[in-house]
Amino acid sequence: MRLIITKDYSTVSEWGAKYIKKRINDFKPSADRLFILGLPTGSTPIGTYKKLVEFVQAKELSFKYVVTFNMDEYVGLPKDHPESYHSFMWKHLFKHIDIDPNNVHILDGSAPDLIAECEQYEQAIRDHGGIDLFVGGIGPDGHIAFNEPGSSLASRTRIKSLAQDTIAANARFFNNDINQVPKCALTVGVGTVMDAREVMVLISGASKAIALHMAIEAGINHMWTVSALQNHPKFLCICDEDATLELKVKTVKYFKGLMSVHNKSIEEDNKSS
Amino acid sequence: MTLLYRFYNCTLVRDHALIQDDLWIRNGKIINPEKIFFSEKTRADIEYDCQGALIAPGYIDLQINGAFGHDFSSADEASEEMLIKVAKLLTSHGVTAFVPTIVSSLPETYQEVLPIYKRRAGSAKDGATILGIHIEGPFIAENKRGAHRTDFLRKSECGIEDLKTCYGSFENVSIITLAPELPNMVENVIPELVARHDLVVSLGHSTATLDCGERAILAGARFITHLFNAMLPFHHRDPGLVGLLTTHPLPATTIVYYGLIVDTVHTHSAAVRLAHRVHPHGLVLVTDAVPALGFPDGTYHMGAHEIVVNGKRATIAGTETLCGSIASLAECVQYMRQALLDGETNKEIINEKDSTQFVVESIEAATLHPAQVLHIENQKGTLSFGADADFIFLDKSLNILSTFIAGEQAWTVTDQWSIDNLQTKSSQ
Repeated sequence: MRLIITKDYSTVSEWGAKYIKKRINDFKPSADRLFILGLPTGSTPIGTYKKLVEFVQAKELSFKYVVTFNMDEYVGLPKDHPESYHSFMWKHLFKHIDIDPNNVHILDGSAPDLIAECEQYEQAIRDHGGIDLFVGGIGPDGHIAFNEPGSSLASRTRIKSLAQDTIAANARFFNNDINQVPKCALTVGVGTVMDAREVMVLISGASKAIALHMAIEAGINHMWTVSALQNHPKFLCICDEDATLELKVKTVKYFKGLMSVHNKSIEEDNKSS
Repeated sequence: MTLLYRFYNCTLVRDHALIQDDLWIRNGKIINPEKIFFSEKTRADIEYDCQGALIAPGYIDLQINGAFGHDFSSADEASEEMLIKVAKLLTSHGVTAFVPTIVSSLPETYQEVLPIYKRRAGSAKDGATILGIHIEGPFIAENKRGAHRTDFLRKSECGIEDLKTCYGSFENVSIITLAPELPNMVENVIPELVARHDLVVSLGHSTATLDCGERAILAGARFITHLFNAMLPFHHRDPGLVGLLTTHPLPATTIVYYGLIVDTVHTHSAAVRLAHRVHPHGLVLVTDAVPALGFPDGTYHMGAHEIVVNGKRATIAGTETLCGSIASLAECVQYMRQALLDGETNKEIINEKDSTQFVVESIEAATLHPAQVLHIENQKGTLSFGADADFIFLDKSLNILSTFIAGEQAWTVTDQWSIDNLQTKSSQ
């Protein structure tokens, strides 16, 4: 694991966006060789998406040959509901960039056969040759995507009932009426994320501190599903100072000491290869 | 083949605010690009760089007696060609829809003219949409007739029959201005005009008290013709029709709309601010323009009158009586914004209020509110998804740069704003 510790939310977002940009540009995607990117929703990636949009507008990055797979979507919400993850991705990313709508994949929470929808999603990922970089966030309860505590670490894309905490946390987006919040979601599994060639998790704020501690300093445990990434060969975690509040001082000092090495991984190439 | 157009690099007047967003058009309608992205999975066929312009819905004029030398009340001139000619010329004022207005006239005139001015969808080829006719008078109060001819005025002793005898048919009519204190108006005429003939009844050229005005609104009237002009002035013990702006006996859901001529001549800017502060949602900018609108100083015909145009004023020849305005609706929007700016004493927040409030409210007074008067706010006067693609480009001073009707460019101020010059992508 590489743990990048930056100052605050703004620097987490910038670092994350620069990393995505560099990975895509170094890959040099083309019509025959597309870059497959997994994407999250939530408040954490909003800053990263904003920065990516800036890169596209400055012509430093293009999504022309990028394929995206989102992590999840609510069951029963129409695609154009303002709180659907389709709407979120349109508003924060897709409307501002040059991605081909045919290259965008988001689970359809209104599909007539939800199980078939999940299976087709897994097949679509396989058809594209797997995911090159899966970007994610972490919940306060340590979940990745909607893999709530107790989710199998070998799980695949499926329907999940949402935990009471998650429903309560989401009520603020539904007029504070808990009855309006969807109770189920379609989500990629822990296993699905683990299959990606590289995983990058963005973590910001003190509310995520315990989750980060359980994810990287405790054992692999299905109660904190993000901890499965300890077994991933290429796990990159970007967090800010507040998120480190529950980590051991030793852990923080160790990774901060490596920052000069880590910063190289987002440096622009000055010489042509 | 129906093409998908994307206008970008622009600021939109949408949802009562100025927002940075693209405008997507297809088949002459404003559409939701998010739906297209996820359901149809296509991108725009043609894209236009709007160079940072402000995009607003096209202006709607509910009271205009003529323009560019043409008089809608003249039976001699009345023809479809004339109406279309004016409809095209009005696009240079940012007007994409209007209601040709006929002043108090003889029955012969109405019966000749009313059938000719039919409702008509607008287009780049034929100009602004015709939303129906506004018949202003002759059932109005003699003492408040303004520029209307005394000998043409009529009373409604026999109720609606008198109106039918006078006008012939209401088929092409959308708005009628009458004085509610005349016999039978509140009791019979207004309710029947609203329920049976689907008209917007407007109170004007009247000596009605507030009480009479309220009963008229309860009977179904919903508009006031050029507030302050041709009615009793506001008095603190007898508010008159002006008092309708704050009246309490009406249900809370009833919005009383009122036309206001904001040409710096008919209404003092303090009066504009007063009305706006009391009842901003009801304010409707109208030109009440005379045929001289769009022409330089001189003498012109209107109804059976001679009018003299001098600077910003139009008066009846030989008198000082104002007889309508010669400010374009685009200028009225600018004057209203200026009136609001002049009323803001806190210089620290004035720029913010201008950009978040005054610009939006001035534009809505010429777009959303007139559309609401006619119950067409889902198609016209808005940039919401599903609405007709009637819109205008404005600069920071709210000058009109270009006018689009049903998605096609109908007018531009210079070649710079021609869509051929703005196009950055074409899949053709």
